[in-house]
Parts: sequence; C-alpha cells; structure tokens
Amino acid sequence: MKKILLLIICTCSLSVFGQKYMTEKSSVKFFSSAAVEDIAATNIMAIGMFDLETSEIAFSIPITEFKFVKSLMREHFNEKYMESEKFSKSTFQGKITGYQRGIVGSQAATATGKLTIHGVTRDVVVPGTIEFASGQIVVKSKFIVKLVDYSITRPQLLWKNIAEQVEVAVDFTFIPHDEKK
Amino acid sequence: MMKRNSTLIVLLFSILFANAQQDLLNELERETKSTTTYTAATFKSTRLINGQTVETKGKGELEFIFAHRFGAINTGFYEFFGLDQAYVRIGLEYGLTDKLGVGVGRNSYDKTMDTYVRYKIIKQSAGEKKMPFTITAFGIAAYKVSPKKEDATYDIQPVDRMSYTGQLLIARKISSILSFQLMPSIVHKNTVDKTKENNDQIALGAGGRLKVSKSVALTTEYYYRVDVPEANPFYNPLGFGIDIETGGHVFQLVMTNTRGLTERAFLTETAGDFFNGNIHLGFNVTRTFQIKRKK
Repeated sequence: MKKILLLIICTCSLSVFGQKYMTEKSSVKFFSSAAVEDIAATNIMAIGMFDLETSEIAFSIPITEFKFVKSLMREHFNEKYMESEKFSKSTFQGKITGYQRGIVGSQAATATGKLTIHGVTRDVVVPGTIEFASGQIVVKSKFIVKLVDYSITRPQLLWKNIAEQVEVAVDFTFIPHDEKK
Repeated sequence: MMKRNSTLIVLLFSILFANAQQDLLNELERETKSTTTYTAATFKSTRLINGQTVETKGKGELEFIFAHRFGAINTGFYEFFGLDQAYVRIGLEYGLTDKLGVGVGRNSYDKTMDTYVRYKIIKQSAGEKKMPFTITAFGIAAYKVSPKKEDATYDIQPVDRMSYTGQLLIARKISSILSFQLMPSIVHKNTVDKTKENNDQIALGAGGRLKVSKSVALTTEYYYRVDVPEANPFYNPLGFGIDIETGGHVFQLVMTNTRGLTERAFLTETAGDFFNGNIHLGFNVTRTFQIKRKK
C-alpha cells in the first residue's frame, strides 16, 4: 500500500516538474487610438510559464517597463492610470484550449483564465495562436482591454487623449524550463 | 483499514493536483529575478515654487516655462492687490538625455538672463538595487542687465553683472503622494555691496509636495540663508503653491515673498516679509513638447 502511495506521489511530482516551459523572450504591446493622439507602448520584460501537460499558462508583466515614444506618456501611464507604485504587475493565469498537440505550425487556440490589471481581476476568454516548433512553443494573442473593466479612470481633462479601450498584443516564446538553467 | 488508506490516497492526490493547478503563477513569481524599480515623478515639474526640483526632462523633451510674479497683495486696491504689476520669466529647458538637461531664460525682474545645466546623479530606486534618494546637481549662471551703465552708481563692467549658483537637490519620494527635498545651495555674486552682503552666500533649502488627487498637489519651499551680514535688508524666501497637471501642461499657482525667478534674485535678494503681508501671487506654467521621439 505504501509503495503505491509513494509511486503516486513520485508520478505527480514528476509531472509537476517535468513539463514546464519558461519564456525565452516576450513582447507585450498595447495601442490606444483617441481623438488627440495615438499611444503605443512595448514591454519586453514580461515573463511567463507554460505547462505542456496541463496546458496551463501564467504570465506576469512589470508595468513600469512599458516603453513609450514620449517620456511624459510613460510618466502619466504609471502615475495616473496604472498606479504602478501600488499595482506593479499585471498577471494572467489560465489554460490554453482548443489546440492539438503534435501539430507543427501555427494553430488557433483559446486562453481562458484570470487577467489582473490595476489590481482588478477578471475572468477572460481570449483568442490566439499556439505554435509548436523545434524545442519551443510560441503563444500569441490580441485582445481588447476596456479601461472601465479594470477601474482605470481617465481624468476629465484628458479624455480626448486616452481611448476607452486599448488593444493588447502578447507574444511569448517558451523553451523547456531546464534549458534555461 | 483499506478504506482509510484509499481515502488518504485520494486526498494526497487531490492536494498535489490542486497545487499544480494554482501555483503556476506563484512558481513564476519565484523564478523571477528581483529587479530594480526606479522612482518616477517625485515632483510634477522641474520647479517647486521658485526653485528647482530633482526632476529632469526626458530625452528629447523641450519644456517651455512661463512664470510670473505679481506685486504684493498688501499694496491694496490701487494696485489691485498686486495684480497690476507683474514680473515675467520666459524660459526653455531641453533634455539632452534622461539625466542631463540644459536651459535658458530671461527674467524681467532685474532684467536677468540665465543659462543652466542640471544632471541627475542618483535615482531613487527599490528592489534589487536600493537607493533612498534622488540627487540632482544644478548650476546656473546669470547676467543682470539692469542697471544701465549710465545709471549705475559706479563704473559697472559686464563682469560685475555675473552671478553663479550651485545647488545639490536631494529628494525622496516617501509615498506616491508625499515627497520631500533638501537643497543646499551656494550663490556667488561677482560684485556686491560689502556692507550688506557677502560675495558668497550659502542657503539651505527644504521643500515638499503632498498630492491631494491624481492631478493636484500642494507644495511648499523655504530657503534659510546662513551667516547673513547684520545690515542685510533681505528676507529668506518662503512659498506655498498648488500644482495642477493637465496632460502636457503643469500649472503652478504660488504665493511667495519674492519676485525674482532666478536663483540669485530669490535666494539672496528676497525683498518681502512674508509675515508682514508682502506676499506675491504668481504662476508657473509649463508646456512640454517631445521634439525628438524615443526609439
């Protein structure tokens, strides 16, 4: 009986540690188009993890690492909208479904899970693609974030500069976790 | 016995499985190397009231600064509480890098032209690299055009009109709403009336900001002049203000006992006694333009 128990524990542990993929590189972009100006920013400091066995995915984006073309945009983004001193990271944790393992090349998939922005967590379902290539997995998605859903307020004086919703594009390249070490 | 064991197995299995489910994000956080976060926006503007803050303009940013100080509010209705008279400083500041800025300006008070350099030496940060303060060095040279040569009481030469100020600005953003700053300063004036002033005047300044909303903050600034000659008729500059930010603009509404807007003038030649009602209303209005885009 004890042996069986031990075996189960070992198998579980193996599955926990054996199939993890870490981001090798990442890119998170957002784009906002409003009456006065378009605002775009890129962040290459996000990190993510993908569990091949369970199809679970998690990623974490440091808000202060978004780069803008204008210094003032970055300051306002952090100070007024995202309040990055209070909410330093945006995260996602969920599952990727709707794809077939073993197919080489890009295929459509869906991510379902919890997206946390500005301290507000919401259940989301976003479409995207997943691609298995030699030794790496590429996950991409484009989705819309409505500022009001995440309690991000636009000052009245600036409402013409900031769109009500922004388009977010994420692009993660995962490699087996062990290779990173 | 058998039944109990299998219950245990199911329990263990579910615990392990649950762990694998929930902890991917936690595991990710553990994998994250600790990073350094630099403090941004300790102050809203490069000016606190009259003097400077640790802030520098971003690379490629051009700031247009329009500041004015009205007459004293205790001048009464005839001068419309000072609003009839205003001294203006028009200035430009440009960020050569995110740390290094240069500026020029012209103040109608004493007809002074100035040029300055500021450099952010240390940035306050948290995380892997911890630094409690932001420190910026500031140096300004000013040329006083008034008085005219023929109006001067002595044979005034261009060199007599020059003055220099060096400052170390040391600030800490204590929380997202509260920032403090210390400003040890030295002013050197080439020519002074030795009975009233020294060529070199040391001043120790302190100031702060309290944000009351995302776009509005209360500010204050005071400079204490060290070792002032007894016959000196001037006062220490004191000021209170409200910062209002609207996008690329920052409006600073201030109340202060000085009318000068260059370091020499407000640090060493503040004429008003704040507590005697010699208070001047004024505005600093800045507009920032991004001249060169960041790549």
